[in-house]
Amino acid sequence: MRLNIKNITKSKGFSSFTSALLAIGLGLIFGFIVMIVASPENSLSGFQMLLLGGLSRLGDVFYYATPIIMTGLAVGFAFKMGLFNIGASGQYTMGMYFALYVGFMWKPPEGAHWILCILAGLAGGMIWGFIPGFFKALLNVNEVITSIMFNYIGMYLVDMLISGNATMYVSTKARTAYLPASAQIPSLGIQNTSANISFIIAIIIAIILFIILQKTIFGYELKATGYNKHASIYAGMNGKRNIILTMVIAGGLAGLGGAFYILAPTTIPGSSMTYEPINVIAANGFNGIAVALLGSSNPIGIIFSGIFISYIQRGGTLASLFGYKPEIIDIVIAVIIYFSAFAMLMSLAIARFFKNRKVKHIDTEDIAPGSGDPVEESNEITPESDDPATESQVATTESDMPVEETGREEA
Amino acid sequence: MSDYIIEMLNITKEFPGIIANDNITLRLRKGEIHALLGENGAGKSTLMSILFGLYQADKGEIRKNGKTVKISNPNDANALGIGMVHQHFKLVEVFTVLENIILGVEPNKLGFLKMKEAREKVLELSEKYGLKVNPDALIEKISVGMQQRVEILKMLFRDNEILIFDEPTAVLTPQEIDELMDIMRGFKNEGKSILFITHKLNEIMAVADRCTVLWKGKCVGTVDIKDTTKEELSRMMVGRDVSFEVEKKDIEAGDVVLSVRNLTVPSKHHKKNAVNNVSFDVRAGEIVCIAGIDGNGQTEFISALTGLEKPSGGTITLCGRNITKANIRTRSKAGMSHIPEDRHKHGLVLDYTLEENMVLQRYWEPEFQNKGFIRSRNVRKYAERLIDQYDVRSAQGPVTVVRSMSGGNQQKAIIAREIDKKHELLVAVQPTRGLDIGAIEYIHKQLVATRDAGKAVLLVSFELDEVMNVSDRILVMYEGEIVGELDPKKTTVQELGLYMSGAKRNVVKEN
Repeated sequence: MRLNIKNITKSKGFSSFTSALLAIGLGLIFGFIVMIVASPENSLSGFQMLLLGGLSRLGDVFYYATPIIMTGLAVGFAFKMGLFNIGASGQYTMGMYFALYVGFMWKPPEGAHWILCILAGLAGGMIWGFIPGFFKALLNVNEVITSIMFNYIGMYLVDMLISGNATMYVSTKARTAYLPASAQIPSLGIQNTSANISFIIAIIIAIILFIILQKTIFGYELKATGYNKHASIYAGMNGKRNIILTMVIAGGLAGLGGAFYILAPTTIPGSSMTYEPINVIAANGFNGIAVALLGSSNPIGIIFSGIFISYIQRGGTLASLFGYKPEIIDIVIAVIIYFSAFAMLMSLAIARFFKNRKVKHIDTEDIAPGSGDPVEESNEITPESDDPATESQVATTESDMPVEETGREEA
Repeated sequence: MSDYIIEMLNITKEFPGIIANDNITLRLRKGEIHALLGENGAGKSTLMSILFGLYQADKGEIRKNGKTVKISNPNDANALGIGMVHQHFKLVEVFTVLENIILGVEPNKLGFLKMKEAREKVLELSEKYGLKVNPDALIEKISVGMQQRVEILKMLFRDNEILIFDEPTAVLTPQEIDELMDIMRGFKNEGKSILFITHKLNEIMAVADRCTVLWKGKCVGTVDIKDTTKEELSRMMVGRDVSFEVEKKDIEAGDVVLSVRNLTVPSKHHKKNAVNNVSFDVRAGEIVCIAGIDGNGQTEFISALTGLEKPSGGTITLCGRNITKANIRTRSKAGMSHIPEDRHKHGLVLDYTLEENMVLQRYWEPEFQNKGFIRSRNVRKYAERLIDQYDVRSAQGPVTVVRSMSGGNQQKAIIAREIDKKHELLVAVQPTRGLDIGAIEYIHKQLVATRDAGKAVLLVSFELDEVMNVSDRILVMYEGEIVGELDPKKTTVQELGLYMSGAKRNVVKEN
């Protein structure tokens, strides 16, 4: 295959990437407008801090990116199969609890402790992913409903279990105690941050997922099911097993996210992150949906979108130095997410713009009736359907298809 | 001043990515039956939708009796006396025939319906044109042929004088087709003008006065039917010569490959069985065709045979192995290939590439995977071989996204995949649906080649030409039962039609 700019711009990855950039750009512009409205005199310096502030806190950017990359993968991976795993929060919380439990209650050899904690987090998330998957596969219960319920069940269960455990819970401070040092994930060595090696583990996991999706028959089946469930049944794929397996993997990913977040050392020597049982659903689970959307559910895209959202959050925290409330930055992030939903539409609009120009060009060299092979006729993309009432729909939905068929040079 | 009641002059309509109508001119004389011929995607429906006001042309004008008119919606078309029978009927299923006919133009006084008046007018019209209907029957209870009459009466009730028929014969039995032709001739004698969209040449030769042929959105020309032949029309339609006969040498049928006994499948729509006590055999080296009108249990039967649905009774034996309860993969391994009825729903993953679709039934075989990893080099090689061997055309070869391919080539890809897979039985359900003549010819050749290679072929088709030309043996399915077994060499289309409509049956011998 020739490698030229045309091929690159035509590729799917490129259009996802440009649409993500477009979404971010529009979100930032809107965020800037919000900042001008809120406090015009500080807006420029505040916006500058929002954009560049993250650079001075790179360690924190990595630390906070880790859990949302994991929940992003949990949502994105399930989404590849056409499942909407809105239960990443519950799976994440269960992962935190399992990791904390092993961290406090087990006394394994020093070096293996934190690894066991991570594995416990993985197991916790897997269990919480298995349940909606099981109900979906065998009883055809919509996974959105079950996983939302299990967000609440998981959160209240964990809060209850932690508040009732004297070893883990410090009632005077209304939070968990500090984890023993052996249970904490080794630091990356960046000063004054919680950044730890789990960030690298997360990236490796994302790459493994990418390979699974692209190179294995499990990934092939998974994507086929996501694209066209009927065809996957027709091809004899075991849909039930795949649904359960996908949800277990997705749950495990979110559970790892929870473990990575809670097992981190803090900047104060000897202390660690703590969990506060305050009956609030973990926001990182929902941030995962945004990360997955912005990353087009592609594991590699999710690494970057997770880092980006973490980066902009750090910048936003710093922008409060100029008198901006943290809510402003939440609005900016929300807008970016909002636009990322439009991003797909935008990329289609751009594609259509280019295609229309291309078609006009072809028209001038169109072949006359009588020549060429009629079998080639693209009766698929011709907006002629049996039912004229649906034709307009056909025309719009099919217009995003490449027109290579008609546009092919007749050799 | 003008001979023409309707003129569509230099109509151009462009959709994003495609020019559906390119400078097309169509002139309809008063009192003629004018056929509009073209393959799928040639732009027939688009052109008629423009005339009926569903679309606006980008360029060109429409004239009625020489005067330029603007048709922005179907109401405008109605006001100009233009009526249309759509291919898929636009009827309210739970309303009666009468209620459907007056829908939209209800005769009323101060908002109160004047049903008596309406009934009289409908009865008068149905008498005049020989369109017998029961005005009080519910639409859902009457046959498709009857429903079409209701659609025609709707146009007459609105006093339309230009009648558009969009592929009206696709859903009818041969007898009903003959009746429709008579009705159309009746309209012509009354001075009404008819536009008749079709791709069936026999019907055009039988009933039309003139014919306009479209090809790839362009107008090839308008011809007088009395000065032309079927062969010439088909050449105009596809741009080359096409043979109508399927070449087939006689071969002896071999061992029984598929044996179905007392198969019963429940219906999802009503309490009766969709398939009732069906038994037959298919032998190696023969093409057995299940004929019948759409909706007589063929879809349910095939679902049960291929494992998509569970039968409620009976047995299916493939190559001596009972597969009644086997899952789809097991059936596939046991030697069943399946060209599904709906290629977009079942046959292809449209967002996958051509090579990924080519291995859809075989990706798990050792040739294509090693410890769960796809052997992409082998997949590519395999796809390239199939593309080459079966002449599947696409823009980028193996890496073309299938969604961007034409319908004919999508179907060729499925056929390549299913025929190349190791199989003893090929189940082909409407393999030529929606395809142009060139592709149909190709697919028929492939089916015959499969049979000549000693495989059993089970074909389900609603196209009578296909049933008669391709098959070695015909089983007619009516209301979920096999009502007749016919030899295509010894039967006629008319006889076949009698079986299909349930008017005749012979008992299938038990093997």
